[in-house]
Amino acid sequence: MSTDQSGVPQSPQFGSVEDVTERLAGVGYLASTACATTVYLADRLGKPLLVEGPAGVGKTELAKAVAAATNSGLVRLQCYEGIDEARALYEWNHAKQLLRITAGQGHEDWDATRDDVFSEEFLLPRPLLTAIRRTEPTVLLVDEMDKADVEVEGLLLEVLSDFQVSVPEMGTITAKRRPFVVLTSNSTRELSEALKRRCLFLHLDFPDADLERRIVLSRVPELPEKLCDSLVRTVRVLRGLELRKAPSVAETIDWARTLLALGLDTLDDDAARATLGVVLKHHSDAQRAAAELRLN
Amino acid sequence: MKPPPHGLPGHLIDFVGALRKHQVPVGPGESVDAAAVMSVLDLMQRDQFKEGLAAALLRRSGQRAVFDTLFDLYFPIAIGRGSGEVEVPWTEDGQVDLDALRDLLADLLRDGDDDALRELARAVVDALGQAGSQGGGGGAGGKQGQQPNWSAYQVLRQVSPETLLARILKDLMDGNQDSFAEEVARREIRQRIADFRRMVTEEVRRRTAEVRGKDPVARTAVPKQAEQVEFLSAYAEQLTQLRKTVHPLARRLASRLAVRRKHAKRGQMDLRRTLRRSMSTGGVPMRPAYKTRRPGRPELVVFCDVSGSVAGFSHFTLLLVQALREQFSKVRVFAFVERADEVTHLFAPGNDLATVMSRVLREAELVTFDGHSDYGGALASMVEHWPDAVGPRSSLLILGDARTNYRDPNLAVLRRLAGQARHTHFLNPEPRNQWGTGDSAALRYADLVPMHECRTVAQLANVVESLLPV
Repeated sequence: MSTDQSGVPQSPQFGSVEDVTERLAGVGYLASTACATTVYLADRLGKPLLVEGPAGVGKTELAKAVAAATNSGLVRLQCYEGIDEARALYEWNHAKQLLRITAGQGHEDWDATRDDVFSEEFLLPRPLLTAIRRTEPTVLLVDEMDKADVEVEGLLLEVLSDFQVSVPEMGTITAKRRPFVVLTSNSTRELSEALKRRCLFLHLDFPDADLERRIVLSRVPELPEKLCDSLVRTVRVLRGLELRKAPSVAETIDWARTLLALGLDTLDDDAARATLGVVLKHHSDAQRAAAELRLN
Repeated sequence: MKPPPHGLPGHLIDFVGALRKHQVPVGPGESVDAAAVMSVLDLMQRDQFKEGLAAALLRRSGQRAVFDTLFDLYFPIAIGRGSGEVEVPWTEDGQVDLDALRDLLADLLRDGDDDALRELARAVVDALGQAGSQGGGGGAGGKQGQQPNWSAYQVLRQVSPETLLARILKDLMDGNQDSFAEEVARREIRQRIADFRRMVTEEVRRRTAEVRGKDPVARTAVPKQAEQVEFLSAYAEQLTQLRKTVHPLARRLASRLAVRRKHAKRGQMDLRRTLRRSMSTGGVPMRPAYKTRRPGRPELVVFCDVSGSVAGFSHFTLLLVQALREQFSKVRVFAFVERADEVTHLFAPGNDLATVMSRVLREAELVTFDGHSDYGGALASMVEHWPDAVGPRSSLLILGDARTNYRDPNLAVLRRLAGQARHTHFLNPEPRNQWGTGDSAALRYADLVPMHECRTVAQLANVVESLLPV
């Protein structure tokens, strides 16, 4: 089995798929079967979880919810174009090293100084190293992986498959406890096959009607159930149109809050016309939806 | 059904093999993962098992439709008619009570109860789906020995769920006159009816696979991934799917282009400037200078056949061009059937992509005589009316199948245009082995300009990527 290739001890946090669903719900994240199953497997098999899907379906939220449900610390690496080793892995604290060398001048020989400045004290851990070294349960979130350059993926391979980091001056640091790793991607570019191979893949899509209703109600509890129902139905119809940006769950919630704030209790022609801008962010989308749904 | 020779692992390997056959690359590593998934999940929970396998085997979201269909064939939800709580109503003389059945269906569609609908689909197929038998006496009792022939068409013709729309809508609206709410409800019901049709089709597929085996069914029934669909044979639903891939594709191409630009900066050494710099260090070249490439300002001229025969292809490609506009300083788009007309103004940024094409066909003057494409005439009219469109900095992209309807291909004009332009490329949506057959002038054009086969989105993406200037 591929679970213990790296030999890093890891204790599963969840007992069953139902357990995942329940505990995630306990911290306010309502997961679909696909989502709960994959989280359970990632935990059981000790594999990183690669979450892909449109913006606003709760990819980042999932990592946060797993951290909260398992009482783990969340270590987050936010990727961006041009992120490099020094930002992702570790860096030497140059200023402090210089100070140390200056302070030791005159009464210390070079060998001792050199050994000292490349030690623990002068190492600045960045998210990946931090996650590896933690002894408490940890969730490592690598957010928007697709924004980073291809070179960073290579960096991640060592961390994700062996859960270790090599620092040339100090040797290899191996994880004492395997972190639960979540990578998210908006698929603006294809991630490399090597990286995908090491992960379990979860395509997080818009939730089904029933789940979305429950999500909206849990976020906006004061929303009347009937209004919630027609909101969710309308949003689902909107997603069926060919729009540039389909409304996500976050937008459904925004819409619910808007209607509440305006004191509207039904979604009729006038209410829809006045508030459609909350869910559709492009002018051409709004025009199209209005024409197709006979709002004009 | 025979048990597979190597038990569950053997069955899993068969399933993986079927996925590979349908262009889902699954390596042995993934198979091992899938087996590990099997060992930790409760196999009686079919939903969880399905999602678990998907997590281990799939690597991108476009593969899901293929996976779902194959999963239903390899791990069917039931054997035979199965058992469910929803039953088809029968009349006293052993016939299916169609009116009562339609009432039941209408109720379920109105409430949107997916599980019950799926069970009803199963029961209905069992009762009505055997081709040859006239709706009655089906089920387990009827025809033993004779192999049943399942037909979705026969079920849907008798139940005809579409005709329930007006009735359900009236029920739902309940005297409410809101046109918006009504439209939302109508689309929702229409979607549910389509879903029910799909359930019936899937059920028929399952029953057929029981009779004839999985492989023949898989060969015809498994949908193609959007990237593998051929433009010329795509039907409406696939075209909608294709259009949805335009924006991600354009974004992907653009980001790859940006990477190439970045790498291109580390260019060759500029000897002249390096020597000039070395003057200040006594002739020792301490600081080498590199040639900086100026970012080109490419102009793109798209010359596109929009006649009916290549509609799917040209629509898609024009949409892609529209999406790529940010990358090019200047794009000019010409559409043609018999003669050419400029349609650049219709492709203004922010215009709704789907309506652009219908406006192209409605507003541009493309037809003079009979509405069949005439490459020679179109090329000639382009040179005549827009002589300055193609210049030394422009890349000319010709999209079409090069079927001239036996008219003069006008090779001289194309040769001249190709001579004026910096690059000229011909993208042809026909398979390579059909080039030059019948009225196709593809091979004669291919002598003058490089011609690329662009049958699928994947091929088009490759071509466009290699053509994009650095």
